[in-house]
Amino acid sequence: MRLVIAYIRPEKLPEVKQALFKRDVLKISVSNALGCGDEPTIYEQYRGRTSEVDLHKKVRIEAAVNESFVQNVVDGIVEGAQTGEVGDGKIFVIPLEDCYRIRTGEQGHDAIG
Amino acid sequence: MKRRPMTGDHDHGTLVIGGNSPIGGIEGKTLPASIAAVIGCVMVCLAAGQSAAQATTEAAATPSANAEPVLTQAFVVGNLWLLVGAMLVFVMHLGFACLEAGLTRARNTVNILFKNISIVAIGTLTYAGVGFSLMYGDDLAAGWFAWSGFGIDPGETGQSPAYNDNYPYFTDFIFQAMFAATAATIVSGAVAERIKLESFLIFSTVFVGLVYPVIGFWKWGEGWLDAAGFYDFAGSTLVHAVGGWGALAGALILGPRLGRFEAGHGRAYHGHSMPLAAIGVFLLWFGWFGFNGGSVLSADPASMSLVFVTTMLGACAGVVGAVSLSWFLFRKPDLSMALNGALAGLVSITAGADSITPGSSIIIGVIGGCVVVVGILSLDRLRIDDPVGAIPVHLICGIWGTAAVGIFSTNEDHTLLAQLLGIAAAAALAFPAALAIFFVLKLTIGLRVSPEAERIGLDIDEHGMEAYSGFQIFNTQ
Repeated sequence: MRLVIAYIRPEKLPEVKQALFKRDVLKISVSNALGCGDEPTIYEQYRGRTSEVDLHKKVRIEAAVNESFVQNVVDGIVEGAQTGEVGDGKIFVIPLEDCYRIRTGEQGHDAIG
Repeated sequence: MKRRPMTGDHDHGTLVIGGNSPIGGIEGKTLPASIAAVIGCVMVCLAAGQSAAQATTEAAATPSANAEPVLTQAFVVGNLWLLVGAMLVFVMHLGFACLEAGLTRARNTVNILFKNISIVAIGTLTYAGVGFSLMYGDDLAAGWFAWSGFGIDPGETGQSPAYNDNYPYFTDFIFQAMFAATAATIVSGAVAERIKLESFLIFSTVFVGLVYPVIGFWKWGEGWLDAAGFYDFAGSTLVHAVGGWGALAGALILGPRLGRFEAGHGRAYHGHSMPLAAIGVFLLWFGWFGFNGGSVLSADPASMSLVFVTTMLGACAGVVGAVSLSWFLFRKPDLSMALNGALAGLVSITAGADSITPGSSIIIGVIGGCVVVVGILSLDRLRIDDPVGAIPVHLICGIWGTAAVGIFSTNEDHTLLAQLLGIAAAAALAFPAALAIFFVLKLTIGLRVSPEAERIGLDIDEHGMEAYSGFQIFNTQ
């Protein structure tokens, strides 16, 4: 089992969702995130003062999947979130020790699917 | 805005429609159609009630008594309009609450709203207790100080036209009381996000209870400034600049919010809700028709209609002035500047709304709008932190609007010299008094919350409450 965590541009979320659903990845979590990387600082204006925005608004997507599904998830996120510009985000894949489904108490591969 | 019982030398005095005829005799008089439409049914009800009462009196066969005061149409219509004006000025408190909440950070929202609701309560109660008496009481010291006892009491004739041709005593009080609370609300925006709640409440009580009415008496209570020829129609100086001086004193003694002007470059602390700020400005604008329109102190159609037009044009011109200048300077149109521009136009037009031409009101408004942008930038440069722009809007534009009467007024009695005298007189009392109150508070119970409290936010620290419980807020600054 793997946990795929991706940080993407907030405005690309609908496209990522579509791309994942197309690949039968139907179980994801989404949350707001702030972060910085290579993306250049942007500037906001307020009452004559310019302020640096160094933490960019991002969206974090998590999907816990069996090994065979990892490529599907990664492909879907890349397809939906890619613009080619700096700031498209990153995808992390980490091993997942275990998983339980709360409703039934199922464990492991059965719980994740 | 004089409110003493009028004796006949008033400019926009009574609405002489039916002379002193009883209200029951309205039929056949030439009442302006628009007003007639609004008050028609009130009149009918009153007339019906009065004839019924007369019938009863006659039945009791005591025609000789006849002590019932004669209600003129001017009295009834004027009273109605002033009460509507009072309600409109009350709405301005909602406007201030929205604007101040919108232009400050989410973590201080409960605190700023708490201050706003408290000020309405404190301002009105202190005004009833001592303020009204200090502002419109009996002259005790050659136009410098008035007093006629604690509390409000209409006396025997206060509720009849013998008090004033256009309104009774209690209407007078409630309209003036709404103004008094406004002066303290102005201060709350400038000291937002860092002042201790109890210190602010004590300041407001003293400032509205003692300082505001004394200066008000000098002009509107027919004190020495009035005798010197100073003119302030609805309070560019007496309300806005007085509140603005309090705001400046508070911002100076408190110092800026943590990190606002930290070494190298200052930081902009973005207001957390521009929609709320915009709603606030629209509500203030709406309320201003009562603030200025009501200050005619009668329902005189000619004066009221002119005041509505100059108020509206001044505000619109203020927006145009502030937007043009800020867009040119910053290369981007800043909504908060447009909002401040509307208020700048309104404050600027307030001193002379009834004595300038519509054309002049546009010039005054445009300049006011530009002044507010320059004022905000200058305060920033001087490292005086005013989160909502209260000082540029109310103090600087208040001064400009008052001076503008001396330049643009169509009334030859209004001189620039007298206007400058009034501006200086208000400053000479309001600013040192506010400084003194803040300074005493600083030495005794303290004026500013701890740095930790400021970082966490006053909502949690002072109130133990979140403004947006259940919503996700990012604290990024």
